[in-house]
Amino acid sequence: MADGRVYSLAIIAVVAVCTILLRAFPFLVFGGRKEMPKTVQYLGAMLPAAIMAVLVVYCLRGVDFSAASRFVPSLTAGLLVAGLHLWKKNILLSISLGTICYMVLVQLVFATG
Amino acid sequence: METVENKKGYLGFAFRQSVPVMLGYLFLGIAFGLLLQDAGYSFWWAFLSSVVIYAGSMQFVLVSLLTGGASLFYAAVMTLFINGRHIFYGFSFVEKYKKMGAACPYMIFSLTDETYSLLCSVKVPEGMKEEKVFFWISLLDHCYWVIGSVLGALVGSGIGFDSTGIDFSMTALFIVIVVEQWQEQKSHFAALLGAVCGVSWLLILGPDRFILPALCSCVIVLLAVQGRGKGLMLEKRGTA
Repeated sequence: MADGRVYSLAIIAVVAVCTILLRAFPFLVFGGRKEMPKTVQYLGAMLPAAIMAVLVVYCLRGVDFSAASRFVPSLTAGLLVAGLHLWKKNILLSISLGTICYMVLVQLVFATG
Repeated sequence: METVENKKGYLGFAFRQSVPVMLGYLFLGIAFGLLLQDAGYSFWWAFLSSVVIYAGSMQFVLVSLLTGGASLFYAAVMTLFINGRHIFYGFSFVEKYKKMGAACPYMIFSLTDETYSLLCSVKVPEGMKEEKVFFWISLLDHCYWVIGSVLGALVGSGIGFDSTGIDFSMTALFIVIVVEQWQEQKSHFAALLGAVCGVSWLLILGPDRFILPALCSCVIVLLAVQGRGKGLMLEKRGTA
């Protein structure tokens, strides 16, 4: 486990350092200049939406249409989250009900073994 | 001169302002703690990563990095992609934070999505120093996140709670963000591009290796269409 611990610490350190560098970026690189290059502004406006969509695909990468238990829970709960959020616009409500719905489905309805 | 009374006043005001973030951070923090605990890490790990990383979505991804045995390089690239948006937050506060002296590095470090939007919207009452209000709000938000994640890890190690499926809270969080961005932005090109790139690379490379090519191809396509058709440039609804 010693190796595992060092590895985990290293991963956490890398993620922490990269995050801090990103947050400090305007201070380090642009040192007070208020305007960023056009291309950076453009990517800043466009990229987040693309990245979040990729991350949703990433979360649902385990979906497999060969068995109901491998796609019904996540797709049902996912649609519930999206629908609830369009309707109520309450982040906590959408996430908590969606997660509870998923947990009930995988633990009780589609329980395996 | 700073009096005790004075300090309490700041803390109280900052607390009242930060209640919405508190609810969100406690909830998501607990989900993160549970998830990390589920992956075999005790609450110290939740504490450590929430103190030093302090980035919600990225910490959820961190759990899959750790369990999947990702390389350090892969972890760095994923962080740059997922937290890349943070480079835009500091610009609003460059002038202000530079004047904050010793607190400045902490203010920069603690600038999360939620803290950023809170600081942008907070109205500092007359007679209060904006910098101090900002500092207390940032510190409180950080505390909520750490407390939530440690609570989650402790609850997860407790008896009788089957947390199978709690990992869906990450999926739910990302879906919520997509829905919000979808409603906020006139052009849905970027979101659709992300979905198409994601699914295509998933089908080509399979679930373990698709995410970096998908993210890179999003950047390449966006750069390729830059300036082509002003309609693609995103304008936020409601703002000029």
